[in-house]
Amino acid sequence: MATNSPSVFLLTVNGQIEGANFPEYDNLYCKYCFVYGHDWAPTSGLEEGITQITCKGSHSSHKLIWNFPLETTFKSTNPSGWPQLVVSVYGPDVFGNDVVRGYGATHIPFTPGQHTRTIPMFVPEPTWRLQKFTSWLLGRRPEYTDPKVVAQGEGREVTRVRSQGFVTVSFNIMTKDMKKLGYDTGPSSPANTQSLK
Amino acid sequence: MLCLLGLSSRIQHTSGSQHLDDFVTRRLEEKLRAARVNTTSFLHTLGQVQRSSKTSKTGNHIAIILRTNCVVFICLFILIMQTQAGKGLPTAEEAYNFFTFNFEPEPQDESEKISRKRQKKKKAAEEDRDEEGGEGVEEQEDAESEEAPLVRDEEEDLFVIEQSSQDFLEVKKAEYIGYRKRVQQESELLFTPSFRTADPEGDYQLDVDVSGLIFSHHPLFSREHVLGARLAQLYDQHLTRQHNNLTGHLTDKVNFISRLSVGQSLTQAITMSSIFVCFSPECRRNTRQLRDSEQEKDRTLLKNIVKVWKEIKALRDFQKFTNTPYKLYLRRENVDRSSDEREYEDEILAEVVELEAESEEDYQRKFAEYKKQLEEWKLWRRKQRKKKKKGQAQDDTEEEDEDQEGSESEGPVEEGPPKPEPPEKPDFDSIEQQVREKASRIRRKPGEAILIPELSASGNITASELCPRAEIARREDVSRRSLFIKILYNDKEVSRTDSRSLNTDFRVHFGQIFNLKIVNCPQSINLQVFEEIGSSCSLLAQVFVPVPEPSVVMGNIPLEEFEFSSNQRVMFDHEGVGSDVPLSFEADGSNKQTLLTSGKLSCCVSWGIGEDDVPLAPPVSQQPVGIHSGLGRLDAVTYIGASGLYDMKKIGEWATQSRLDPNDPKNASIMQLLKVASSGEVTAPEYFRLEQLQEEFNFVTDEELERSKRFRLLRLRNQEVAEFRNYKGVPALEREVTDKVFQDYEKRLKEGEIIDTKEHLDSHRALVAKYLQKIRESVINRFILAKHHYLLSDLVVEEEIPSIGGAGSGILGINLFKLAEPKRPLKPQRKERKKVTAQNLSDGDIKLLINIIRAFEVPVRRPQTNKPGQSSQSAIQGSDWLLGQVQVRPFVEVSFQRTVLQTTTADGPNPCWNEELQLPFSAPNGDYSAASLQSVKDEVFINIFDEVVYETGVVIHTRVEKHWLGSVKIPFSTIYSQSRIDGTFKVNTPAVLLGYSKELSHGTNGGYDTLRSLSEGVFITLFITIDPQLVPGESIREKVNHFDSQEDEHLLQASERFERDAAQAYPDRPCITTIIDLNGKTVFITRYIRPLNPPQELLDAFPNNPQETTALVARFVSLIPSLPDRVSFSGACDLWSTCDQFLTLLAGDEEEHAVLLCNYFLSMGKKAWLIIGTAIPEGPTAYVLTCEQNHNYLIWNPSSGQCYGQHETFCPLQTVGSLVNADNVWFNIQEYTSPMTMSFDVTKTNLWKPFFSRTFSHPGLSSVQPDELVYRRTDKAAAAELQDRIEKILKEKIMEWRPRHPTRWNRYCTTTLKQFLPKLELSGGRDMAEGHRHELQSLLGDNRISGFPLHMPFSEIRPIIEAVYSTGVHHVQASNVEFALAVYVHPYPNNVLSVWVYLASLVRT
Repeated sequence: MATNSPSVFLLTVNGQIEGANFPEYDNLYCKYCFVYGHDWAPTSGLEEGITQITCKGSHSSHKLIWNFPLETTFKSTNPSGWPQLVVSVYGPDVFGNDVVRGYGATHIPFTPGQHTRTIPMFVPEPTWRLQKFTSWLLGRRPEYTDPKVVAQGEGREVTRVRSQGFVTVSFNIMTKDMKKLGYDTGPSSPANTQSLK
Repeated sequence: MLCLLGLSSRIQHTSGSQHLDDFVTRRLEEKLRAARVNTTSFLHTLGQVQRSSKTSKTGNHIAIILRTNCVVFICLFILIMQTQAGKGLPTAEEAYNFFTFNFEPEPQDESEKISRKRQKKKKAAEEDRDEEGGEGVEEQEDAESEEAPLVRDEEEDLFVIEQSSQDFLEVKKAEYIGYRKRVQQESELLFTPSFRTADPEGDYQLDVDVSGLIFSHHPLFSREHVLGARLAQLYDQHLTRQHNNLTGHLTDKVNFISRLSVGQSLTQAITMSSIFVCFSPECRRNTRQLRDSEQEKDRTLLKNIVKVWKEIKALRDFQKFTNTPYKLYLRRENVDRSSDEREYEDEILAEVVELEAESEEDYQRKFAEYKKQLEEWKLWRRKQRKKKKKGQAQDDTEEEDEDQEGSESEGPVEEGPPKPEPPEKPDFDSIEQQVREKASRIRRKPGEAILIPELSASGNITASELCPRAEIARREDVSRRSLFIKILYNDKEVSRTDSRSLNTDFRVHFGQIFNLKIVNCPQSINLQVFEEIGSSCSLLAQVFVPVPEPSVVMGNIPLEEFEFSSNQRVMFDHEGVGSDVPLSFEADGSNKQTLLTSGKLSCCVSWGIGEDDVPLAPPVSQQPVGIHSGLGRLDAVTYIGASGLYDMKKIGEWATQSRLDPNDPKNASIMQLLKVASSGEVTAPEYFRLEQLQEEFNFVTDEELERSKRFRLLRLRNQEVAEFRNYKGVPALEREVTDKVFQDYEKRLKEGEIIDTKEHLDSHRALVAKYLQKIRESVINRFILAKHHYLLSDLVVEEEIPSIGGAGSGILGINLFKLAEPKRPLKPQRKERKKVTAQNLSDGDIKLLINIIRAFEVPVRRPQTNKPGQSSQSAIQGSDWLLGQVQVRPFVEVSFQRTVLQTTTADGPNPCWNEELQLPFSAPNGDYSAASLQSVKDEVFINIFDEVVYETGVVIHTRVEKHWLGSVKIPFSTIYSQSRIDGTFKVNTPAVLLGYSKELSHGTNGGYDTLRSLSEGVFITLFITIDPQLVPGESIREKVNHFDSQEDEHLLQASERFERDAAQAYPDRPCITTIIDLNGKTVFITRYIRPLNPPQELLDAFPNNPQETTALVARFVSLIPSLPDRVSFSGACDLWSTCDQFLTLLAGDEEEHAVLLCNYFLSMGKKAWLIIGTAIPEGPTAYVLTCEQNHNYLIWNPSSGQCYGQHETFCPLQTVGSLVNADNVWFNIQEYTSPMTMSFDVTKTNLWKPFFSRTFSHPGLSSVQPDELVYRRTDKAAAAELQDRIEKILKEKIMEWRPRHPTRWNRYCTTTLKQFLPKLELSGGRDMAEGHRHELQSLLGDNRISGFPLHMPFSEIRPIIEAVYSTGVHHVQASNVEFALAVYVHPYPNNVLSVWVYLASLVRT
C-alpha cells in the first residue's frame, strides 16, 4: 500500500561479492556481514553469509572469483548509521590452518543505481616479532575480536595492520521514500521523478 | 619594466593556480641565485641596465623589479609566500635573505633618482657574519656620506659607527610576554578581613592584578644597564612621540591655516566664525612656534638616542663583554631627493613669505604708529614754535630744516615727547636666512634619508664565564635576589605574591590576581615591593594604587604602570653601580650623575564581577556630578564622570560640546569610536570570533533545535543516557515522536529527590537507597566515559606468546606438542576460553551456563505412618519407606530473570544430575557494556525441589507437585566478576520444612557421623559460567596512589612494596594493606580495626552464655543487608566505610560486615583477626577469625553469621591471603592456602610475613573508627507497621501470580503460623521443628500442609518478593488449595530488621 506520508524509507541492496585479488594466497573464502546503526533494521534477506572456497584458475592467474549474491533490504528512519558491508577473507596457511587473510568494509552506496566497489583489505599485525613467528608457526594469527570493528572508528588507534589485497563487490541500489522524508541522495534520473508524479 | 608588467598580468590571469606558483617559484629561485652570486657583478649589471635600459636577460629581472616599485614587489612576495606556504620553495629563510640582501651602494656617478629607489630596499643588511667584510666598510662610508648634512656640529660625528651593517639590520619584533595568561588560575586566593563592615549585605570583591615590574634603575645595574635603561627610555619616548605624531599634526595645521588665511573669504569667515578665533595670525604664529619646538625635540631625541647607543657600544668595547641585549638599528627611509627638496624649499619659502608678510604687517603697523606719533610730535613742535615766536623774534626757517632744528631744540625742551624714530624696514634677506638656519638646525636636510631608530632586545649577552670577576660577582648577586609584593588594603596586609627571582633584564613577572573579598570601605590600596636576599628582606618601595571607580570592573581595564622609586643608598664592591651613588661615564670622572632605584610596577585594580554580571563594588554615596562649566568641557572625565566613559551617548555629547579636533591623532581612537557608535552599529565586539560564519550556516535557530523532540531523542541517545542508550528506531519525522518516550526520563529527572516510600517501606532505607543510587549513577557515567578507551586486547585476539621456561603457559616446546594433541580427547579439560568484550553483543548473545552436578543430604520425606486413615499416596510412601526405596525425588530448578529451567528428577537424598542448563541473559536496556553488566542486580536462584506424585481418584490421575527444599542464590555480579563459579555450596534450607526430615540414615553409615555433625545441611555442587566469557569490567585501573592520602609517605611506599612483593610471590593470594574510604582517601587497613561495643541489648540477652551471645552478635551483623560494592560502585574501586557509616547506610559488602564483626569480637574480649581471602561464591572477600580456648580457631562468615571450625570440610573460605588486626598485617607465606591445611599462628614469621617488623615498626596509627557506637532504640511500632505492609503486598503478589485460579487464605492457619515465627527468631532459626510440626499437625489434622518459613535481612521489598516467587509455592494448582501467609518483622537495635515469611499451602484431603 502506498502511503503519502511514509514513516520509514527502504534501501534494497542487490549485488554480489564478485571476487578478490590476493596475489599471494589461494583457496580463500569470504564472510560478509552488515553493520548498521540503531535506527536500521533488515527487513528481508540475509544479514551475513559465507562464500564457497575458491581457487585461482590456471589461465586467469590473479583473480579469485566467488560471485556470491547479496540481497538485503533495510528499513530505517534515519540515515545516520547507514549500513556498511564488512567482508573478511580466510584461507589456509602453509600448515593448513585456517587463518584470516583480510578485513575490509565499505558503506553501501547512497545513490540508486549500479556501483562497483573495490575494498582494500588488511589484517592486524602481531605485536612483536617473536609473536609473529609463533603465530605463523602455530597458525594463530592475530584476529579482530569481531570483524565488525573494521566498520567502527573508535578504538582503532590501538591496532596496527598490514594491507593485504582487494575484494571487489558490485551493488545495485534501490531506495524508496527517501525523498519523501526529505533526504536527497544525489542525482536521480528525470525518469524517476516523473514516475513519482 | 616590461618583465614586471608581464608578471603582474600573468598574476591577474592565472591567480591562485598551480601554474602561477610554479612560475613564480622558478622565477624567484632564479633571481635569488642571480642576486646572491656576486654582489659586484650584480652591481655591474645594474649599471649596465641603467645605461642600456631594458634588456630581457633573466639575470636582470630582479634589478628591474627592484627598481620599479617596492610596494608591488612586496605584494608579490606576500602572494608568493601564501601560495607557497606548503611547498617550502622558496623557504622562509631564503626569502628573508632575499629581502634583507645587502645591496652595495652604487657608484657615485649613478643618477640620484635610482639611488634613492634602491636605498629603499636597503633597510636591511646581511647577518652578523658579514660585519667584518668589505661591505661593512662601504656601508660605513655610505652612512657617513649620508649623514654628514644631518649633523650640524662637525666634531660631533654621531654616525661614525663601526658596525653599521649590524645596526641597519632588519628589526625583529619585540618579544611579548602574555602577562594575563594565567588570569583565572589564582582566583581561590581570597581574603576576608573581619572588622568594621561597610555593608553587611554587600558581597564586594576587589581584584588586584599584579602583573610585574620593570626596574628603570636598580643598584645592581651595571653601567651598561644604566645606559641601556636610558636608551630604552629614550626609545619609548620616541615611540610615543611617533605615535602622537604631534609634529605632523602641527605641520598640517600650519599649512591649513596659512592656506586659509590666503584664500579667506567673507562667507567662509562667517560660517566658520565660531572656530575662527583660533586662526588669527597670532594663533598661526603660536602654532608654528609649537611646531618648530616639536620638530626640534624630535631631532634632539633622535640625536640623543644615537648618542646613548654609541656610548653603549663604546662601553661594550671597553669592558669586553655585553650585559644587555639591546640593539639599535637605524632604518633609513629614503626620499625622493628632488621632490623633497622642492617641498623643503616650498616650506621655507612659505614660511619666509609668511614671516615677511608678518613683518611687513608689523612694519606697516609700526609705521602707522610712527606716523601718528610723528604727527603728534609735529603738533607739539609747532606749538612750541609758536610759543617761541611769541617770546622771541620770529625767524622763519624752512620746512626742511625742521628736523635739524628739532634736534637742536631737543635739549632745552624737556617736557615735550621725544621725536619718534621711524621703524626699521624689515630685512627680508635676514628673515630668509633665519628661517633657513632654523630649518637646518631642527629639520632634516632635503633629500636626506629619514632615519627611524628601532630598538630590539635580540642581542646576545656574554656568558658569565667570559666576564671579569667583578661582573661575575654582580651577576651572582642578581641571581640571589628575589622580589615579592605585599598587598596592603587599608594598611593591612591582605596578601602577597610569590617570591620571584630577579632576572638579568631586571624585569620581574608575577602575573597573579588577588581577589579580595572586602567588607570594609576601601580607603587605600598599597603595593609594597620587597626585595629578598637570602632570608632577609627589605622594603624597596611602595606604590599607592587609587581605589577604582565602581564602573571599573574586571577585564575591561588595561594594566596600568605605576612608577616607584627609593632613596636608599646602596653601594657595591663589584660592577653594580649602586643607588644614590655618584656615577660618571666620562673618562675623567666629570659629569657625575646620581641614580636612584626606580622602576615601574604594572598592575591594575578593578572590581570583581558577580554571577549576574553585576560589579561587586560598593555603591558610591556621592557620584560626582559633571560640572557643566567651560573648564570641565575639556576634560572628558570631569565632564561625564569615569563611569560615563562607557556610555556612547555621553561621550558623543561631550565630543560635540567640547569641539574635539577630529584631526588630532590623539583623538583618533575616540573619533573612531564615535563614528562606529553613531553609524548605528553596536560597538565592535571585544572578543575574537572563532567560527564567525557559524550563524550563517545554522539552518534553524538554537531554540528551535532545542524544541525539536526528535533531535532531543537523538541527542540523548548519543549522550548514552540510560533510558535511550540503546533506543532503536528513532522516528523519521518530528510529529511521530511521542511525548511518552521522554516520560520515564523526565520522571527520573523530576523525582530525583522525591523518595518512593512505597517501594522501600522504610524512609531511612529509602534515603540510603537514593544515596547509593546517586553514587552508582556517577560511577556508571565514569564507566561510560572509560568505555571509549580501548586496549589492543579489546580489538585484536592474539595468541599469548609462549613464555620460555616461565611459570605460566609453559615452554615453547610443550606448545608445539599441543599441535599433536588429539582433537577430541577422552578426558577433556576445561580450557581458557576467548574473552569477549561486551561491546558488540546484543540480546540473546549471552547465555548463563549452569552445570548442576550433584547434591548431598537432601532432606527426605517424613513417613506419615503413625496416623491411620491416610490417603493412597501416603501408603505408597509408606511402602517406599518400608522397601527402603525412594524417600525423595529431588530436582533442581534454576530461575534467572524470570526464565525457569529444571533438571530431570533424580532419586534419593544424594542425587547426581550432571546436567547443563542454559539460561539466556538480557542486559538492562540492551546495553552490554561492562558498566551496565556490572550493575545488573539480578540473582540466579537455584532451588531444590522434591517432586511428589499424587494419584487421585479411582481413575488413575496423577498429579505432580513440587515441594521446595532449599535454595542457593548467586548474584549475577559475582558470576560476572569471577567469570566462573565452581564448587560445593551450602543450600539455604528453611528452618522448618514440613513433612521432611534430615535425619535420614540413622545407623546406616555410622562412620560418617562425626563428619556430618560438622557439616550440617544440604550441599550442592555447581559449575556456573557465562558464555561467551565476558571480560570483567576492570578497565579502569585506578591505582591506589592516584588517590590522595593523609598517610605518611613512607607508610604508603612500604605498603605498595609489600603488596607488590606479595602479588609477585603468590599471585592468587589476596593481600590488602591500604584501602579507600568513602571520601576517596587511601587509609591504612589497620586503622579500621578497633574494639567497638555491640548493642547492649544483645549482650544482655544471654547473660550467662557467652557462646549464645557471640552467635547473636554474629547474627546481628549478618542481618545488615549485603550490597556488594561491585553492584553499588561498579567495581571501579572497593570503598570501605567505617562501622558507624556502615550502620547508618545499613548496607555494605563482606568487608564492612567483617570489620564490624571483628570489632565486636574484640570488644567482647576475643582474639580476632580479619581474614582477607577468597571464598565461594563471593570471590575475594573478608572473613573473621577468632581464637577460642585451647587454640581452636573459628572462621566466621560475617554475611551469614555462621561459623566454621578450622577443619570443617565445607567451609566456604577457600584461600587465606592475609590476616589483619589493629597492630599488624600478616601475609600468608605458607605452602597451602586452605584453612584446613595451614597454621594460624601469626608469631611464626616463616609462615606469616608481618608488615610491621622490627625494621619498620608500627608508627602508632590511630583508628578511623569512632570511640563508641551509638545505637538507636528499636522501634517496635514501625516494625509492626512494616510487617503489615509486607504481608499485604505479598498477598497481592501471590494472587497476581495466580491469575487463573482463585486464591483462598486460611486464616486459622495463618494465625498459627504467625505465633510460631517469633519463636523461630528467638531460637536464631535453629531447628525446633519437631514441636512445631506436632502442633500444626494436630491443629490442621486433615489438611496436607507443605510450607516453610523464609528468613532474610530486610533491605527493601523487592528481594522478598523474588524469594517468595522463587519457592514456587504459588504454583500449586489443586482446586481445593488454600494458602497461609504469615510475616514477622523482628526489630533489632539501629533499625536492623529481621524478616520472616512463612508461606504454606494446605490441601484438604
